[in-house]
Amino acid sequence: MSGWLRHHAQSFAAALARIAGEPLGAALNTLVIGVALALPLAAFTALTSLGALVPAGSAEPEMSVFLDLDATRADVERLRAELAGLPGIRNVRFVPKDEALAEIAKTEGLGEVATSLKRNPLPDAFVVRLASPAAAEHAAERAGRLQKVARAQLDAAWVKRLQALLALARAAIVVVGALLAVGLVAATFNTIRLQLATRREEIEVSRLVGATEAWIRRRFLYFGAVQGALGAVAAAALDGAAGLFLGPLAAELSGLYGGQGGLTGLDAPTVAGVVALGAGLGWTGAFLSVSRHLHTLR
Amino acid sequence: MAAISFSDVAKRYPGGHEALVGVTLEIDAGEMAFLTGRSGAGKSTLLKLIPAIERPTRGVVLVNGQNVGRMRAAAVPYLRRNLGLVFQDQKLLHDRTAFENVMLPLAAAGVPPREAAKRVRAALDKVGLLGRERTRPIALSGGEQQRLCIARAVVNRPAILVADEPTASLDAAAASEIMDIFRDFNRVGVTVVVATHDLGLAARYASRTLRLEGGRIAG
Ligand SMILES: Nc1ncnc2c1ncn2[C@@H]1O[C@H](COP(=O)(O)OP(=O)(O)OP(=O)(O)O)[C@@H](O)[C@H]1O
Ligand SMILES: [Mg+2]
Repeated sequence: MSGWLRHHAQSFAAALARIAGEPLGAALNTLVIGVALALPLAAFTALTSLGALVPAGSAEPEMSVFLDLDATRADVERLRAELAGLPGIRNVRFVPKDEALAEIAKTEGLGEVATSLKRNPLPDAFVVRLASPAAAEHAAERAGRLQKVARAQLDAAWVKRLQALLALARAAIVVVGALLAVGLVAATFNTIRLQLATRREEIEVSRLVGATEAWIRRRFLYFGAVQGALGAVAAAALDGAAGLFLGPLAAELSGLYGGQGGLTGLDAPTVAGVVALGAGLGWTGAFLSVSRHLHTLR
Repeated sequence: MAAISFSDVAKRYPGGHEALVGVTLEIDAGEMAFLTGRSGAGKSTLLKLIPAIERPTRGVVLVNGQNVGRMRAAAVPYLRRNLGLVFQDQKLLHDRTAFENVMLPLAAAGVPPREAAKRVRAALDKVGLLGRERTRPIALSGGEQQRLCIARAVVNRPAILVADEPTASLDAAAASEIMDIFRDFNRVGVTVVVATHDLGLAARYASRTLRLEGGRIAG
């Protein structure tokens, strides 16, 4: 092993030994950091799951264009062309009223109602798929003004609302996450400050027997990083436990919306990322603390 | 070349107290030199200039030819790794075992753990503490604690050993044991400098005695 690598390996081992030497303090720190990280991590997981609730493709809004009941075949062909000519239209599908009724008859609970009808009360309709949510309002308004069109109805309103909500939630997670990251750095900063105070003698003796400032500093940096990483592991464990409890409920909810899956569990890359993040934040807190306090211990 | 040389060295502490006023001396490699003098004469101050724990306010201190009074702070740890230091107030870590206390200088120097463990055991063996590795300093007698300090001082195999009152609180038998250890190191070529109140011990072990009086060498 190269000298540099060995120095770091020894600092790492010393940090582990120090944590093992103070199990209660380390456990409490781990819990504090774990809870702090668990919240944004859980929110992130929940968001990923919410994204799965929205059926694929439904981000593209659809519009139903209902025709007047007296619309003729010719009107249908004219409207098909006119609708296709509107800006922002992806495709146009004609749904004859018989097909619509058959569709309803297949729906549970409505079958009897449909077959008991003497006359089909439904209008012919077009289902128009639009290129973007932005173009939707405008297209709906113009379609509504076409001849023999009774009503143009945008179906994607709830999707748009949900997406706006998701975007807001994502932004909120970033903000909460950033605040908690600052909190974690502050927590490590304080832990290391206390450590420096209680290890003042050790620091003094280390200097007397030939330790460099970098060596002394590194012990605390590794301690901060290991502590942060342990906290992240605790956060993942907490969220995993919460997921076991909430997972079935989420699956049920998702089923009601015609989605699949429920809570997406934490995957390995996410856990690895969170652990790395915890280690990085712990290191940062320790670095700031050591930079601020070490030179005062002389 | 002298192992240690002071020329016209003065040390004034912040607050104005003049602990050393113009000390000039040379200690050759392989000597076993004793520094005597009353309490407050400046013995500890003189010894602390050698590993650059204190810096002179005037004059030049050379250790193995290096001007340690002017040494960059970043170079001081490497100077200290070549010196063995026994402190008047011991400076043992009481929440660590004997083994861990002696390990500290090697860990700081980045010696590989297996090699380090071997050297720690060898050092403990030389001071008669092998078998007490897991004991904490508080559970050792005064003489054993002092020997533990010596083990920590020699574990880096220094060419110069500097000890400040290593026998201060010991009875005659324990003090002789400590001095025998120093003499053994001196016999294999280590330069030893010891500060003591005990003129009897100095007379028995010293190859040379320097007497400090009011911050000056008086003989
Ligand atoms: N850090 C310090 N700040 C101010 N004055 C100091 C400091 N250290 C020592 N002195 C003063 O310098 C003088 C010499 O002290 P020093 O410790 O060198 O004496 P000594 O010969 O080792 O004494 P003793 O035998 O009691 O250990 C004393 O008057 C002491 O009060
Ligand atoms: Mg003294």
